[in-house]
Amino acid sequence: MNLAATLRLALAALIRNKTRSMLTMLGIVIGVAAVLVTVAIGVGARTSVQQSINSLGSNLIVVQPGSVTMTGARSGLGGASTLTPDDGLAIAKLPGVAAVSPVASFRTQAVAGDNNWQTSVNGVAPTYTFIRSWPLAAGRFFNENDVASAAKVAVLGQTVVSQLFPNGDSPIGQTIIVKGAPFTVIGTLQALGQSGLGQDQDDTVLIPYTSAMQRLTGLTTVNVLMISAASADEIDPVTARVTALLEQRHRIVPPQTDDFAVRNLQAIAQTASQTGTIMELLLAGVAAVSLIVGGIGIMNIMLVSVTERTREIGLRMAVGARGASILRQFLAESVVLATIGGVIGVAAGGIGTLAVAALTHWPTTIPFEWILASVGFSAMVGIFFGYYPARQAAQLNPIEALRFE
Amino acid sequence: MAAVVEVTGLRKEYAMGSDRVYALRGVDLTVQPGEFVAVMGPSGSGKSTFMHLIGLLDTPTEGTYRLEGQEVSHLSTDTRADIRGRRLGFVFQAYNLLPRTSALENVELPMVYAGVSEAERRRLALEKLALVGVPQLAAHHPNQMSGGQQQRVAIARALVNDPGLILADEPTGALDTKSSQDVMRLFARLNDEQGMTIMLVTHEPDVAAYARRIVTFRDGVIIGDAMNDRRAA
Ligand SMILES: Nc1ncnc2c1ncn2[C@@H]1O[C@H](COP(=O)(O)OP(=O)(O)OP(=O)(O)O)[C@@H](O)[C@H]1O
Ligand SMILES: [Mg+2]
Repeated sequence: MNLAATLRLALAALIRNKTRSMLTMLGIVIGVAAVLVTVAIGVGARTSVQQSINSLGSNLIVVQPGSVTMTGARSGLGGASTLTPDDGLAIAKLPGVAAVSPVASFRTQAVAGDNNWQTSVNGVAPTYTFIRSWPLAAGRFFNENDVASAAKVAVLGQTVVSQLFPNGDSPIGQTIIVKGAPFTVIGTLQALGQSGLGQDQDDTVLIPYTSAMQRLTGLTTVNVLMISAASADEIDPVTARVTALLEQRHRIVPPQTDDFAVRNLQAIAQTASQTGTIMELLLAGVAAVSLIVGGIGIMNIMLVSVTERTREIGLRMAVGARGASILRQFLAESVVLATIGGVIGVAAGGIGTLAVAALTHWPTTIPFEWILASVGFSAMVGIFFGYYPARQAAQLNPIEALRFE
Repeated sequence: MAAVVEVTGLRKEYAMGSDRVYALRGVDLTVQPGEFVAVMGPSGSGKSTFMHLIGLLDTPTEGTYRLEGQEVSHLSTDTRADIRGRRLGFVFQAYNLLPRTSALENVELPMVYAGVSEAERRRLALEKLALVGVPQLAAHHPNQMSGGQQQRVAIARALVNDPGLILADEPTGALDTKSSQDVMRLFARLNDEQGMTIMLVTHEPDVAAYARRIVTFRDGVIIGDAMNDRRAA
């Protein structure tokens, strides 16, 4: 009997027991759908993390104040106030560093005319837009002269623009009041949207860091130093150089722990994707278990089928079927069963993925290889779990099989 | 022309726990082409065991068996399956048609395993259904047929590969008198007109009366072998 005929026969046998075949398939359907949704979520989450990291700027390295241990109890990261704009200037001279910007930030109310808006004010250097790969929408950004003179100029994110200038007037040249001081708006930033953490990145007012520190907060330290490495290859060497430089500047000798932390986004991204991978493996494990359970269901029903059709098997043997033909016939049934289950599972997984995409707004996609792989794997489950029952059938003694009641 | 069946010293023993059951204790029999043999004998005398050996469904403990001139007593399982499909036709007491499968497909079944093409299968199956007198049942499923009709379809199935020998173990055992007569007339006609060699087991003298030769078993040996000179018609 050729393959097409064998498969047709198998399909006919399965259709004869529609309900049973469907229920048996269910395990595989759920297993495959679970695998695909898992993969789609994993891919989607990773893409989404990667996108938000990319949106933070290229080759970004971040220096944060470290924990302090002076009082005995360690405060959390950022607890120490140790980073100064001078640290930033020193870092800028290191090889492999393309740009550095201190970030001195605080939340406060910004007022323009009758409108006011609680926002995040960031004192930064002119290099900031370059480091963040954040283009201007209109006007200009502040320059070194503005920094040197601690000029009262501001560049607004789009959310602030829409809150303070709701009637659509150009904010350029207008005055906003920040902590009682008037700042002239000289430019606006393009909309970036939400960060990976769900923060509105456009809800910000950028001013020169000198203006922020000297005129508004009176602090000498900054919250963060942002560094852009000259290239992706320079990220690790620059991270090491910055660490060494700051240890020297902060006079930290070995038993002491650093009062700062240098991180690059690649490392953060890796951590994120590692967490994602572990989650994915766990979910994939669960999915694989359900596939195996599905396989056992198939084995069970095939054993029932072999018992029910013992006389048929005996008759087929009497009229010339070899053991191998019987084996092939039953194996074909379990493979067809599992494969149809796999195909339905792909469809269900596709629907599930669309649902997840709708809920999370992640760019979820099922890679095509995974669709092929899950159908292939279903077929293999069919072979693996169908083999034992099929062999039982093939090894029946025709006389006993014909006599079977 | 070689004898269809030529067995000598055929023995079959079964192990039943520590006991041994001697189902056949040395059977010699030769059946020539065109013969119609009825096998009779009391229950447990070894008739079915003998038919299974002749039908290559089982192998003898001892003895030789030549089927159409070929020694077949020690063949592999696969080779026996091939010979069953191509050279032997079986008719059972319980018909053994595949359920939910049309008469036509049932008749085609042996040809499926013999590797006959689909078109040829259909042609031959229809031809045999006509030969046994039920061409109108081709599309019917077994549960839509009477016992006699099912047995006719089963006979068509046995005939479909043009076997050298038809083996029937109590083919009328499940049929009423009328249907039994019809089925036996069919066997007689196949023997008369087609020269088909037939060996069938029965308990009923009325049924055996259709055969040309009657072989009687008792306790695993043949105790009688005679021509039937008063054939029923
Ligand atoms: N598989 C087996 N295992 C053990 N003993 C068996 C087996 N098959 C048959 N026998 C024994 O062999 C003997 C012959 O059995 P067989 O079926 O050939 O008798 P029979 O003549 O066909 O009887 P009946 O007319 O009742 O059908 C019996 O004693 C039976 O119990
Ligand atoms: Mg018997």
